[in-house]
Amino acid sequence: MAFTETATRPGPVDRLRDALPKLVLSPTVAIVAIFVYGFIVFTFYLSFTNSRILPQFGWVGWQNYENLFRIRAWDTAVTNLIIFGSLYIIICCALGLLLAILLDQRIRAEGFIRTIYLYPMALSFIVTGVAWKWFLDPGIGLEAVVRGWGWESFTFGWIKDREMAIYTIVIAAVWQTSGFVMAMFLAGLRGIDSEMMKAAQIDGASTFALYRRIVIPQLRPAFMSAFVVLAHMAIKSYDLVIALTGGGPGTATELPATFMYSYTFTRNQMGIGAASAVIMLMTIAAIIVPYLWSELREKR
Amino acid sequence: MSTAPSVETGATAAPAVENRSRLFQFSPARIVLYAILAIFCIYYLLPLYVMVVNSLKPLSEITAGGMMALPQQWTLAPWGSAWSTAQVGVEATGLRPYFINSILMVVPAVAISTLLGALNGYVLTKWAFRGSTILFGLLLFGCFIPFQMVLIPMARMLGLMGLAGSVPGLVFVHLVYGIGFSTLYFRNYYAAFPTELVRAAQIDGAGFFTIFWRILLPSSGPIAVVCIIWQFTNIWNDFLFGASFSDFDSQPMTVALNNLVQSSTGVKEYNVHFAGAIMAALPTLLVYIVAGRFFVRGLMAGSVKG
Amino acid sequence: MGFLDIKQATKTYGSVKVLHETNIAVEEGEFLVLVGPSGCGKSTLLNMIAGLEAITSGEIAIRGRSMNGVKPADRNIAMVFQSYALYPNMTVKGNIAFGMEMHGIAKPEREKRIGQVADLLQISHLLDRKPGQLSGGQRQRVAMGRALVREPDVFLFDEPLSNLDAKLRVDMRTEIKKLHQKLGTTIVYVTHDQIEALTLSTRIAVMFGGYVQQLGTPKEIYDNPANMFVAGFMGSPSMNLFPAKVVSANGAAAAEISLANGSAATIPFAGDRMSASVGRDIVLGIRPEAITDRDGADRNSKAIHIVEAPVEVTEPAGSDTFVVSQIGGKDVTGRFRADVAVKAGDVFPFAFNMEKAVAFDPESEQRIA
Ligand SMILES: Nc1ncnc2c1ncn2[C@@H]1O[C@H](COP(=O)(O)OP(=O)(O)OP(=O)(O)O)[C@@H](O)[C@H]1O
Ligand SMILES: [Mg+2]
Repeated sequence: MAFTETATRPGPVDRLRDALPKLVLSPTVAIVAIFVYGFIVFTFYLSFTNSRILPQFGWVGWQNYENLFRIRAWDTAVTNLIIFGSLYIIICCALGLLLAILLDQRIRAEGFIRTIYLYPMALSFIVTGVAWKWFLDPGIGLEAVVRGWGWESFTFGWIKDREMAIYTIVIAAVWQTSGFVMAMFLAGLRGIDSEMMKAAQIDGASTFALYRRIVIPQLRPAFMSAFVVLAHMAIKSYDLVIALTGGGPGTATELPATFMYSYTFTRNQMGIGAASAVIMLMTIAAIIVPYLWSELREKR
Repeated sequence: MSTAPSVETGATAAPAVENRSRLFQFSPARIVLYAILAIFCIYYLLPLYVMVVNSLKPLSEITAGGMMALPQQWTLAPWGSAWSTAQVGVEATGLRPYFINSILMVVPAVAISTLLGALNGYVLTKWAFRGSTILFGLLLFGCFIPFQMVLIPMARMLGLMGLAGSVPGLVFVHLVYGIGFSTLYFRNYYAAFPTELVRAAQIDGAGFFTIFWRILLPSSGPIAVVCIIWQFTNIWNDFLFGASFSDFDSQPMTVALNNLVQSSTGVKEYNVHFAGAIMAALPTLLVYIVAGRFFVRGLMAGSVKG
Repeated sequence: MGFLDIKQATKTYGSVKVLHETNIAVEEGEFLVLVGPSGCGKSTLLNMIAGLEAITSGEIAIRGRSMNGVKPADRNIAMVFQSYALYPNMTVKGNIAFGMEMHGIAKPEREKRIGQVADLLQISHLLDRKPGQLSGGQRQRVAMGRALVREPDVFLFDEPLSNLDAKLRVDMRTEIKKLHQKLGTTIVYVTHDQIEALTLSTRIAVMFGGYVQQLGTPKEIYDNPANMFVAGFMGSPSMNLFPAKVVSANGAAAAEISLANGSAATIPFAGDRMSASVGRDIVLGIRPEAITDRDGADRNSKAIHIVEAPVEVTEPAGSDTFVVSQIGGKDVTGRFRADVAVKAGDVFPFAFNMEKAVAFDPESEQRIA
């Protein structure tokens, strides 16, 4: 004789009860399906159409992508992203690590100092942009101030300089985010077994050797997270550029995010805008997907 | 997602007791150490200092090259101007209406996305079903996409829904793209919540919602604070969606501030710009100062600022 | 048909079968203990009885009513969890009342029952505290109180004592036993501690690898283990298991064993239950208390046999001394009186009580006799 679960048939009320969790989840699932994945597919599709000011559905194949790579501004945007992204990531990591190690030396008022290092993270990029825009402005900012102090030949006009403007974005972005990277590394440092540090000290390791040989190698996961976070932020950077330089002078500080926006909404080249968005998505996915994958697998 | 120990809890555990005495011992090396830390404090505080002092002095002092100096003549006029009379875009309304817009946008978006996130986290951990991990992964990926990818269809969709260029439209957009992180927080928190409690409540006869309200939610205070702060900061600070989906009268604070600063007509009133920037920063800064611990926890757990 | 009937119940997770066809009939008032090593499926079976895990195939019935598909709350059961699972945000009183509240029991009745249970468990003074303000033992009592007020048909316990320290565990064990004797309710109790199983139960199900290895009274399980796993798992120190050969000596069956010094010894079996097995290789099982010094041997036994064996180690344990010798390459422990003068290296007479010996097939590991 075989007994199975259907021995007593669940009534409609029971079935509703069993479906309740999925029912509760369903609005979210619907939202994500439409507004994330549906929209991704839509934009992907648009990137193959002749859309201009409005979405149109004339299929043009890879033409938008071909055009995109012929546009000088896109070339500038990608070059800028590479310069900005690599400097931003490297400087943030170096500064963050340095500050974390310094703060890990049993500092008095550590909490207070940490609060100061980290507060820019609470600000909007627009606020950061405004502050640095005027601070770096040669007419009233740093240059004018130093000259006022008597150093008449001092010049610091990067923000108005086509060649150097992109570095001002690095300066402001590093200012905003490096405290957060410091916090990530500090958490990593605090997670290291203190008995291992003691053992290394007993083994005669100098402080320098201790950090270089024992501690920093163990911060690999923190480096990974920091890299992913920073790369992701670099690719999405939009607000800061708008507020700090508006993409200028000329197109000197254009990034893919600002390029996409201006081609789609002000230059009415929606097909090309969509193609650039697709490329941004692909780049981010290449970084985020492996990261999420490994995080979720570990969690199980 | 980071499982790294929180900086906050780590901090209290870190100074080993046996090294207490070292704390008060000032060797030359430690003096250098403190000097470096102090220099960085100045570096991080400098822009804030610039914003504050220059928002309290007349424009002439700034243009005369006195940006770093304390005001010779203290004045609140730039604040008043930024708040109620400055020219933002076409009209001279000051930032006040936009500040209100931001509040009207943030409050419902945060409340709803937090509540939904809590329910989702509850289902994904305590009522997990086949495929729920994959579903969560898909949800999470949605947090990290470049939003440029959704701008075009979202603009159309808001039009279809009759929400284009309105504050409710912005609420909706932030809700949609905020759920992922809310769910992430609550899922990770509830994953550590003892399942035995849920089972005990089931045996006691509590149903799906009763368990949520009576058992899980009363213990969710800390994570709710983290989630609310995170959502509040992100939504308040957002610029891209605000710039893309709002009209002149539904602009949030960040967009209005940018318009104020970028407007090319007339003299540039730097002191007013700084006052406006502080106003835009104040709510999130206040949250950070009051509840910094939770703010940091949210950052670490979210690992990625949208 | 029993009071709680488990018929052909199985549980499969994905493609892994963690519980194989299980049949247990529990009578009203019985104290059934499920015991076995970690991961053997005890909790799974208990959760299936509770309705917290769906049953893959088979049936579980209480009072003759099939429970398949019935919600946990409607099974009239109560459960005490290993972590106690007290609701942290409610007071002790709130915890105990919650189940009754969910079942729509009126307030005066709730108050009355809480009072009774609190008296019974001596937790009246704790009623207004939160679980966080209680000691481990107190939490344990509250968890039991929460189960008791429900006046359920069946009590389910999942390792309720394993979070307590050793002393408290023994006290609470006694208390649970008293409670059972006083209330006479049916209990299914999961533990991996075989002492708890032996002391508390009226019947034990020993589980391993998703199978019930043996179901019986504590005495049956202890004296007549069905296989080598049960023999080794139940009892502390565990039963000695060592290779032997069944030979015929003076017309009766005897076990031939090899000692550490290379010599062999034969020990006759009690009775004639091994006569059919002459010539076979077996694994002989004898508990430590059936291997003693000469004077410590059980006077009622008619099958005490002396073997002179070299002593390898002695382990004084206060009341007894455990004496270890090697037989057939295995350590064999005997339980000697504490004041016997024996030391490592001696060749000493070991008294084997063969009435208590059991034999297993080395291949199938099942008991032969
Ligand atoms: N949700 C699940 N999915 C897959 N396998 C599971 C699940 N729950 C339990 N198992 C497996 O089922 C087997 C039995 O688990 P169970 O919890 O019943 O063990 P147990 O006997 O209670 O052990 P312990 O003494 O450690 O509590 C284990 O091998 C376990 O890995
Ligand atoms: Mg278990």
